[in-house]
Amino acid sequence: MSEAREFKYIGQRTIRPDGFDKVTGRAQYGADLNLPGMIWGRTLRSPHAHAKILSIDTSKAEAHPDVFAVVTFKDFGSVEGESINAGEGAADVLDLARNCLADDKVLYHGHAIAAVAARTERVADDALALIEVKYEVLSPVLDVEDAMKDGAPILHEDMFTQGYEETPSSPSNIATRLEMKMGDIEAGFAEADVIVEREFRTPTAHQGYIEPHACTARYDEDGQSLVWCCTQGHFDVRTSTAKLLHIDLSKLKVVASEIGGGFGGKTVVYQEPVALALSRKSGRPVKMVMNRDEVFMATGPTSAAKLKAKVGAKKDGTITAMQGWMAYEAGAFKGSPMMPGVMTMFTPYDCGNVQVEGFDVVVNKCKVAAYRAPGAPQAEFAAEMVVNELAEELGMDPIELRLKNAAKEGTQTIYGPKLKTVGLVECLEAARDSDHYKSTLAEGCGRGIAAGFWFNIGGQSSVSINMNTDGTGTIIEGSPDIGGSRASMQMMAAEVLQIEPSRLKPIVADTDSLPYSQGTGGSRVTFATGMAVIEAAEDVVRQLKERAAAIWNVTAEQVDYVDGVAINTAGGEKMTLAEVCEAAEKTGGQISGTGNINARGAGPSFAVHLCDTKVDKETGKVDVVRYTAIQDAGKAIHPSYVEGQLQGGAVQGIGWALNEEYIYNDDGVMENPGFLDYRIPLASDLPMIEAIIVEVPNAFHPYGVRGVGESGIIPPLAAVGWSVGNAIGRKVEELPCSPPRVLSLIQNG
Amino acid sequence: MSKTHVTTSINGEPVEFLCDPGDTLLDVLRNDLQMTGTKEGCGSGDCGACSVTMNGRLVCSCLVLGVEAEGAEIGTIEGIGSNDGLHVIQEKFLEHAALQCGVCTPGLIVSTKALLEENPNPTEEEARYYLAGNLCRCTGYDKIIRAVLDAAETMREGA
Amino acid sequence: MAVVVFSSELQLFTGEERTEVGACRFKEIVAELVEKYEALTEDKLMEMAVAIDGEIIHTPFLETVGDQSELHFLHRISGG
Repeated sequence: MSEAREFKYIGQRTIRPDGFDKVTGRAQYGADLNLPGMIWGRTLRSPHAHAKILSIDTSKAEAHPDVFAVVTFKDFGSVEGESINAGEGAADVLDLARNCLADDKVLYHGHAIAAVAARTERVADDALALIEVKYEVLSPVLDVEDAMKDGAPILHEDMFTQGYEETPSSPSNIATRLEMKMGDIEAGFAEADVIVEREFRTPTAHQGYIEPHACTARYDEDGQSLVWCCTQGHFDVRTSTAKLLHIDLSKLKVVASEIGGGFGGKTVVYQEPVALALSRKSGRPVKMVMNRDEVFMATGPTSAAKLKAKVGAKKDGTITAMQGWMAYEAGAFKGSPMMPGVMTMFTPYDCGNVQVEGFDVVVNKCKVAAYRAPGAPQAEFAAEMVVNELAEELGMDPIELRLKNAAKEGTQTIYGPKLKTVGLVECLEAARDSDHYKSTLAEGCGRGIAAGFWFNIGGQSSVSINMNTDGTGTIIEGSPDIGGSRASMQMMAAEVLQIEPSRLKPIVADTDSLPYSQGTGGSRVTFATGMAVIEAAEDVVRQLKERAAAIWNVTAEQVDYVDGVAINTAGGEKMTLAEVCEAAEKTGGQISGTGNINARGAGPSFAVHLCDTKVDKETGKVDVVRYTAIQDAGKAIHPSYVEGQLQGGAVQGIGWALNEEYIYNDDGVMENPGFLDYRIPLASDLPMIEAIIVEVPNAFHPYGVRGVGESGIIPPLAAVGWSVGNAIGRKVEELPCSPPRVLSLIQNG
Repeated sequence: MSKTHVTTSINGEPVEFLCDPGDTLLDVLRNDLQMTGTKEGCGSGDCGACSVTMNGRLVCSCLVLGVEAEGAEIGTIEGIGSNDGLHVIQEKFLEHAALQCGVCTPGLIVSTKALLEENPNPTEEEARYYLAGNLCRCTGYDKIIRAVLDAAETMREGA
Repeated sequence: MAVVVFSSELQLFTGEERTEVGACRFKEIVAELVEKYEALTEDKLMEMAVAIDGEIIHTPFLETVGDQSELHFLHRISGG
């Protein structure tokens, strides 16, 4: 995008096309499909955090008159340890299979072992008790420090640490070690007048979507198998499920239902292959819906982490060196988001001397899944906390310190390339100039500020736009709509076609109806699928011109298309889009545009947040009293839903910072698998969240779009953490700032 | 286990069903009556996605047994709005973009209607506390609260 | 000649921070690098994303680069 342009529809606040169904209860989510003859599946889960499975006897459950099938890992047949693209980038098929149903070992409390399909959900639940499993219980490893120690119980005897020049010869719980560096870190610190260094901890936290994982599956010998499920990527569900059941992709149709939140957690399969295996064995459609405790125990939290951060600066505030260390819990199988943690930690800063080392460590907890800007919130929390302390030590305003060192176009990143145009400086200036920052802090309150960086991604998106004879059209896309993206697709297509958005109906098609599309994640949909929509709509315009040209007996180049009307520049005739569509039968058949792309050029989105908190010094309870979220959207297609992403990300981050954490006992049993004890923010916990959209266009998108879904969850951890410390005159080093922890900080320092 | 015959009223219409004594009202609505507009988020009364009214009182249908519906008047999301159009609360939720994924929305609309029947002119704080039993993970509540207060104002003007 | 800059991780295999390549098609660049650095495999490079003059490209298979281009291999990012 080269210059500012006027838009007709982009930037308006239209009513979302799927809205009516959602406010009336008609919209169908993962658990809302019932099929004739359908039975119910339930999952037997491990009571132990770490144990060998000696035997599984399913005979009594199978003999139950209302039980139709029981499956275990063996029902997946032979599974090879190969890499497939399964939603979060490459995944190991064997790990995926062993997470869906344990093989010879259970690796966390709640690990699925077997599943039963029965006439009713209650019978299926009761029949689980008839399955006899013999275990040899092993000692669990519950945090990174223990897991990294010599002599720690080993989860996987075949795992050897990658990332050293020489791969070690003995197995380890450390899957990967990664170091990135640039410049001369020692020289950088030698130059510094002030150095700040601290250690931090963040807890295991869950995405906390309100809709539990749910699916209905129907196996069909004739190649018409169906999986209906709530997922962020139904094409990836098809890949994983077809792989585990050894069927061709064309023989499995996956339909993405409406999805009740995901935040990264619904990018991988848990129940879908199991439900289809149960259906194959029983000959009936099978529905599986997780209970809330299963969602917490056995689906994607994000990594608990231990981190160290060290920064040095000259007296004038020039940062001379930044150093980080992090160990992320992967859960039972390798693959924590440590790598993006390493890559993002100090990216908001233009500093030449940086070194970061990270470790991906397996522990006896649920395998982590992607969670909104995976890996970045933990790492940038540590970085932003020490930068705030640096400002304090220097006696500088924390925004001025950041402005002095802010990453901008041309800044060298630790992960390789120099940044292209980014909007961090603009976000910082908007923060500095905001009413919030200019306001006086109330007595007894604290204020925190933090920045956040996330890459955003592009990737494969497939779109068709089918025009109807009355000039309306259907936008067929393959990206599950998790937060209103159909509205954006409608507006972008309308902008190209120059017709009212409401004349275009966007739908998320099943896997039979469209080529592969990558899942909804990485803040990619409005950016990448939007580009595919624009391309498909431009294809429609090209055809409209050709058809009109044929009618007028001129060349397509002689036809202009303005405001939804084709104009013959040679003869002056005009035809509306609807008229050209109506005549399609006579000019060669119906009009349909396609845009099947692999989008590149995703633009990073920087965010800056401001937080005021008030702390009850007697109980340690923290109230957020004012909050402002500022973020670069490149171009906000639908400002209301962009604000919604900023606000929603901020509040998830506030929850992570204040209350949310997995609590395990010494045996590795999760003790708080419910919303009562794993406390996500309530309406009564919060003030309004002031959202400020900054627009620094992304040069690689036709309208300048940057993804906005993820960056907003990064700054709250440090903005809240610093604010709490500021209110009580202490340094917060551990999240969440829950009442007992804050009280202990107040009392013990 | 023998089933119990229950006669009740849902959204003003007489309804009969058979249910197991252990079935919740939510199970009956979703699985037996195919009224899937009421959602299940937790099954333990913590999230409010299954909010319905029972004899005018706001309840979590996952905490009510199906048999308790005997002789009661039940109100669900399917009873809000009509063929003639959406209820003001529904319109305001759409105007304010007060939903993202939308799975908490039916529960929130049922709860908001109950709130505004009890208190047509709530303060922001009153609205936040009344709706504290309805979890939303997407929006951060800002736009929901704005929609609720705007709906209240519009309904007062129309009254 | 285009310049390839190696991350500290890839430097474990290359022993140096940067090199010049004569080829301009991505596949040929990879072949040139694999030939030059014994420890570096085609699989390793092909599973990475590449940034060409700052633009991150996840699947660079068919890319071509200019004479003055700067290339960085980096890990593919996914997201939530």
